[in-house]
Amino acid sequence: MKKRSLVSISDFTKKQQLRILELAAEFEKNPTQKILEDYVVATLFFEPSTRTRLSFETAVNRLGGKVIGFSDASSTSVKKGESLRDTIKVISNYSDLIVMRHPREGSARFASEVADVPIINAGDGANQHPTQTLLDMFSIMQTQGTLENLHIAFVGDLKYGRTVHSLVMALSNFNCTFHLVSPFELKLPSVVKLHIKENNLEYYQYTNIEDVMDKVDILYMTRIQRERFSDPLEYEKIKNSYILNNDMLKNTKDNLRILHPLPRVNEINEDVDDNKKAYYFEQALNGVYVRQALITSILGVKS
Amino acid sequence: MITELKVSAIENGTVIDHIPSASVFKVIKILNLDSTGNMVLFGTNLESKKYGTKGIIKVSNKFFKSDEVNKIALVAPAATLIEIRNFKVASKTVVHVPDEITAIVKCFNPNCITNDENIPTQFKVLSKDELKLQCLYCEKVTDKKTMVIK
Repeated sequence: MKKRSLVSISDFTKKQQLRILELAAEFEKNPTQKILEDYVVATLFFEPSTRTRLSFETAVNRLGGKVIGFSDASSTSVKKGESLRDTIKVISNYSDLIVMRHPREGSARFASEVADVPIINAGDGANQHPTQTLLDMFSIMQTQGTLENLHIAFVGDLKYGRTVHSLVMALSNFNCTFHLVSPFELKLPSVVKLHIKENNLEYYQYTNIEDVMDKVDILYMTRIQRERFSDPLEYEKIKNSYILNNDMLKNTKDNLRILHPLPRVNEINEDVDDNKKAYYFEQALNGVYVRQALITSILGVKS
Repeated sequence: MITELKVSAIENGTVIDHIPSASVFKVIKILNLDSTGNMVLFGTNLESKKYGTKGIIKVSNKFFKSDEVNKIALVAPAATLIEIRNFKVASKTVVHVPDEITAIVKCFNPNCITNDENIPTQFKVLSKDELKLQCLYCEKVTDKKTMVIK
């Protein structure tokens, strides 16, 4: 079997991405199948990320596979000074696939070169988190029926949020229009905007969330962190202007759905949770189906 | 006018001319001339009509392969490579920035795995005129300002 890893969302073609979404829709209908009984999946979390790890482990467990691994590097030989190369070499002897999260950027690409088994990147520092991108795409597909020709708003920290960068990059293959809402200090980096332009797509920038509410099909909210601001006063000034509440959803499109990579702090008021347009908890569940699709596809159990 | 050779002639080997003075030692490092057994002569801060000052390196009995020598284009983009046989110029070529750079440049991102583990760096050259090198691992772009030779 040819070893196929997923390190960066661009490792998969548009066709391959769509195939994963199709498979995910099948797993949504039938999430418990004993098709991974002969497989061992390692989840190596060199930094803790409970949500992502549990989502992967649920995906494997529901398919009858076995999970080995660790949730925190402090209990492993990494603490004794073992190199990443050695850790990966050893664990690729024990398992059929490695899911890895690591605080260093580029660690997943390096692991994919060293390992004899496929690697799925579950986040390498501030660089890539491709399964988040796939589950975001799946959530858009499930709520809109398509990924083509949509108006998508991204709200909050567009500068440091890697989920935003990867999703914008991926959706640039689907003829979407981007509405970018952020404080001046946290605008989308120019390299990502250049990518939109290179695909002959349009983007609009705003500082006021109200300006996009009636225009868009998807509202992708993100958290603004205080430590991102060089001037704390600047944070205090804007911190309440990117909070979504139920009243703001009044004159929005019927098909509008609100996404958020979670965890949220206060950027979506809890009164939104019961609105049918709130989709962020379903979005988190979608992560399990997408990861089932990805793991079975990479292992060659589904094609 | 009699021209005096500031750096002695070699009988056979390679002359690397038009190196920016500040880059002479970097070129020596990139080409591993600090650990070669060949005779190496070099001069720096020499007068140059074109560049003000320049450096020159002469390596006896050594002829470089183009991928080997193209690496120096990162620090000496205008360098000329002159092959000498029997004290005569046998060929003259210029260097070109290659499409990929392996092992000689440090990734500027302190959080890149290549700065933590013993891994030869690899870069894809995104732009040659205004030097832009994208790390194959962390995907960040190192440019002329942030570039450090390992």
